[in-house]
Amino acid sequence: MLKVEGLKKYYPVQKSSIEVLLTKRRDFVRAVDGVTFDVQKGEVLSLVGESGCGKTTTGRILVGLETPTDGRIYFKDKEVTSMEKDELRRLRRHIQMVFQDPYASLNPRMKIGEHLEDSLAVHGIAEGEEAKEMAMAMLDRVGLPGEQFYNRMPYQLSGGQRQRVAIARAMILKPEFVVADEPVSMIDVSLRAAILDLLMSFREEYDLSMIFITHDLSVARLVGDRIAVMYLGKIVEIGETRKVIHNPRHPYTAALLSSVPSFMKRRKRVEIIGDIANPIDIPPGCRYHPRCPFARDVCRKDEPELEGDRHLFACHFPLELTF
Amino acid sequence: MLLEVENLTTLFRTKRGIIRAVDNVSLSLEKGDFISIVGESGCGKSTLAYSIIRLIDSPGEIAGGKIYFDGKELTSLSEEKMRKVRGKEIGMVFQDPMTSLDPLEKIGDQITETLMEHIDVTKKEAWQIAREMLEKVGLPPDRVESYPHQLSGGQRQRVVIAMAVSLNPKLLIADEPTTALDVIVQEKIMDLLNEMRKEGRAIMLITHDFALAAERSDRIAVMYAGWIIEMGDADRLTKEPMHPYTRGLIESVPDVWVDREIKPLPGFPPDLAKPPEGCRFRPRCPLATEKCMKEPPGVDVDGRYVKCWLFEVK
Repeated sequence: MLKVEGLKKYYPVQKSSIEVLLTKRRDFVRAVDGVTFDVQKGEVLSLVGESGCGKTTTGRILVGLETPTDGRIYFKDKEVTSMEKDELRRLRRHIQMVFQDPYASLNPRMKIGEHLEDSLAVHGIAEGEEAKEMAMAMLDRVGLPGEQFYNRMPYQLSGGQRQRVAIARAMILKPEFVVADEPVSMIDVSLRAAILDLLMSFREEYDLSMIFITHDLSVARLVGDRIAVMYLGKIVEIGETRKVIHNPRHPYTAALLSSVPSFMKRRKRVEIIGDIANPIDIPPGCRYHPRCPFARDVCRKDEPELEGDRHLFACHFPLELTF
Repeated sequence: MLLEVENLTTLFRTKRGIIRAVDNVSLSLEKGDFISIVGESGCGKSTLAYSIIRLIDSPGEIAGGKIYFDGKELTSLSEEKMRKVRGKEIGMVFQDPMTSLDPLEKIGDQITETLMEHIDVTKKEAWQIAREMLEKVGLPPDRVESYPHQLSGGQRQRVVIAMAVSLNPKLLIADEPTTALDVIVQEKIMDLLNEMRKEGRAIMLITHDFALAAERSDRIAVMYAGWIIEMGDADRLTKEPMHPYTRGLIESVPDVWVDREIKPLPGFPPDLAKPPEGCRFRPRCPLATEKCMKEPPGVDVDGRYVKCWLFEVK
């Protein structure tokens, strides 16, 4: 369904002219630094990592909100990165995004129903009465009865209800691929499960492929068929959910897992040293080595490749451990 | 008993009506206790914390109840005396460390000032204590020379904890101290709070994260719509929740090590300006009966406090 190869996104660092003259060097934030993965039809891939690891930027590139610095994206075997404008616009309908902040993603001056109709009009799917009927039906479908909610304004809705609107707006286009960026992290705890259930019900109904971006590994486990772990702009481990959770091979994955709060108290702890490095100044060799308690000489020199069959990891000395 | 909150009610007079954010809440805490107050946004958990240190501003007010802390009754204390309790005897750590830090001042100066305001030390001694405190929370002591913007979010929160602990308070209240931080940083901050507890301080953690509370505290109080609806030993409460809300909440959150479906809780929390009649959880409760149209009593069942008609003592 989707294939990404060597995706990169660098942002130039703003400097004063004096700094430029003095250093004669342009610095870049390497937000995404060579990411390769694919997503099958009907599959959910959870993209996890700490803030600043590049997971959101990756998602934004996929839906066309950012242009990559380098790399290729294929959607159903067609290269997106070299498409003409018209073709790209037709494609956008099939790739939708659900954002983290339901307060920022809706237009405060637009009725709830209009958000959905607008989405249909922009992509030339339906207008007028037909669009209204579709909007009403979709509002019913996401648990916001059209009769009650069509005419309401965003400010009259709770965070959970707004997120339902955002989901409805994406799903009314019957997309084939959805990027969900932390869709429940700003929602009240007791309402999160219902939102996740709603998203997953669309996955079944439309046979959706999805990238689910989250910092929460318990949510990643619940929704993802596979998990990809990002660290400083790169995927360090990717594989089937159970494998990654129960037999993490990369020390970063293990450290991340061992710090997730859980109702099951006894668990192994895997150490991690210090704080995350600066994405302007990425460490040489394995980018994780300054924080890795198992790092040896080679880790400081050679960057490990993401290797393996189905369960891939980028580490010179992968762990053998069972959680 | 270090802290005893008795029938505390804190309300806010708003245009929409009176909101009883904390409604007739009682709890107690001993030296070295680690209690978590768990609940969703708007349940009153933060208001409870702010009431204890009396940082409730108009239109809010403490409308009833007593707070006994280390031999003093705080609700009737003069503001001047209360200022000495705040910081010196009860330390506070907020979600956003910048609430407690001045962006324009060096870390060392900020800790030093706090120290000199409350205890009798010279500037030089205070500076030395500041260095020791930073080391204690796992930061290089030369960070005294840094400004807040030169630190990461996790480091700033450590500085705030260092500041709070430097006055050697008997109780440390932490209001969602790690909500804005990544899990790895959270783990380290929680370890730090645990160390502070081992030194004999009582810790009150305010959080929406049930698993975090389960893992870290001795006792948990679950709040819903201004009430404590269940309170007891953290292990037993999470393994055998009694109140339908506690059970529903635990069943609705995924766990990284447990392979199970999650069950969404129906409905949403009530508008506290117009709370439902009787039990406030009634509209969402799968087990609600006719009886629940009246407010349930809080009862003690084998050391567990539950506010639900299901556990009425005959």
